[in-house]
Amino acid sequence: MVSRFFVLLLLTGVGAIFVSLMFGYVPDNALNLTARYYAENTVRDTGAANIVAAIVVTFRGLDTLGEVTVLFLTAAIVGLVLAGSQQGRLRREQPAPGELLVTGTRLLVPLTLLLGVYVFVNGHLTPGGGFQGGAILASAILMLLLADPLREFSHRMISAIESISGLVFVAVGLLGMVHAGGFLDNRILPLGTLGDLISAGAIPVIYSFIGLKVGAEFSSMMVNLSETEEP
Amino acid sequence: MDYIAMATGFILILIGLFGALTNSNILRMIVAFTVADTGVNLVIVGVGYMRGRTAPILDSAVAAADAVARIIDPVPQALVLTAIVIGVGVTALMLAYAYKLYEKKHTLDIAKFTELKW
Repeated sequence: MVSRFFVLLLLTGVGAIFVSLMFGYVPDNALNLTARYYAENTVRDTGAANIVAAIVVTFRGLDTLGEVTVLFLTAAIVGLVLAGSQQGRLRREQPAPGELLVTGTRLLVPLTLLLGVYVFVNGHLTPGGGFQGGAILASAILMLLLADPLREFSHRMISAIESISGLVFVAVGLLGMVHAGGFLDNRILPLGTLGDLISAGAIPVIYSFIGLKVGAEFSSMMVNLSETEEP
Repeated sequence: MDYIAMATGFILILIGLFGALTNSNILRMIVAFTVADTGVNLVIVGVGYMRGRTAPILDSAVAAADAVARIIDPVPQALVLTAIVIGVGVTALMLAYAYKLYEKKHTLDIAKFTELKW
C-alpha cells in the first residue's frame, strides 16, 4: 500500500532525527541558571519544601492561572459541544452494575476523596499538588458513575465549586499585589517553618483551590460525556 | 537510566504517530495521540534527570543549603505537570468531537468524512 509506505518513510525520518538527538544529548553535570536560582532561593522566597510546587504556584503562578483557564475552557467546550445531544437523553434499562462494583465503590469513594484532599493539602511538602489531587477527586466521581451510570450530578454545584475556586485563586493573587511583592506572591501569609503543614504562605491555600477547581472541571467533563446518550 | 527513559519516550512518540497515521478509526487515532503525548512527557522528564541526584523536594534527607548539588532540574517536571493536565483536556475535547462526528454519520471511519477532502 502506497500510503503505508509513505507513513513508514516519514516515521523513519522522524526516528532518524530522534536517534541523532539522543546520541547528541549530553546530560548536564550541574543545574542550569534557572534551576539553580530555584534551588537556591525557593526556601527563602516561598518557604515550600517541594520546589516543583513552588515553581508551579508562585514563580510561574501566572502560567498556572492560564493553565487552569485552558482547563475551564475545555470543560466549557465539552459541555457546549455535547449540549445538543443531551436533549434526547434516553432512560433505557441498564444492566445491573454488579455487587462487587457497588460495594467496592461504597468503600472506596470516601477513601479516594480523602486521598485527593490529602494530596493537594500537602502539595507544598510532598510530591503531588492541586492538579494531581484534583484528578484523584475526579476519579472518585468516575467510580460513582461506573457503579450507577444514571446517577444525577448537580451541574449547578459543580460549576459553583469551580467558579468559587477560580475566584479565590485570582483574589489571592490580587491580595499578593496589595500586601506583598506582586501578583500571586505567596508571602501574604507567614512563611512558617520549612516542612510544616501550615507553612509556605499562600501556596497550600492556592493549591487547595486549584485542586477543587481541577476536580470540578474533570468531573464536569466526565458527567457531560456520560450523560450524553445515543440518539 | 536517563537514556532508557528518553529512548522509551522517543519510541512511544513513534508508535503514537504510526498509530495516528495508519488507523482509520477516530477513537484509535485519539488513543494513539495520547500514547505520543505520554512519549513527549517522558522525554522532557528524561532531559531533566541528572545522574546520582534526587527529587527536588527538601526534607531531612536534602537540606536546603546543599540543594544545588543534590537535586535534579525541577523545571522540566513543572512543565510536564502542565503538559499532562493540558493533554487530558485535549483528549476530552477530541472525544467530544468524535462523539459529535459519530452522531452525524453513524461511523467513526475517517475515510467516510470526505467534506474537506481535495
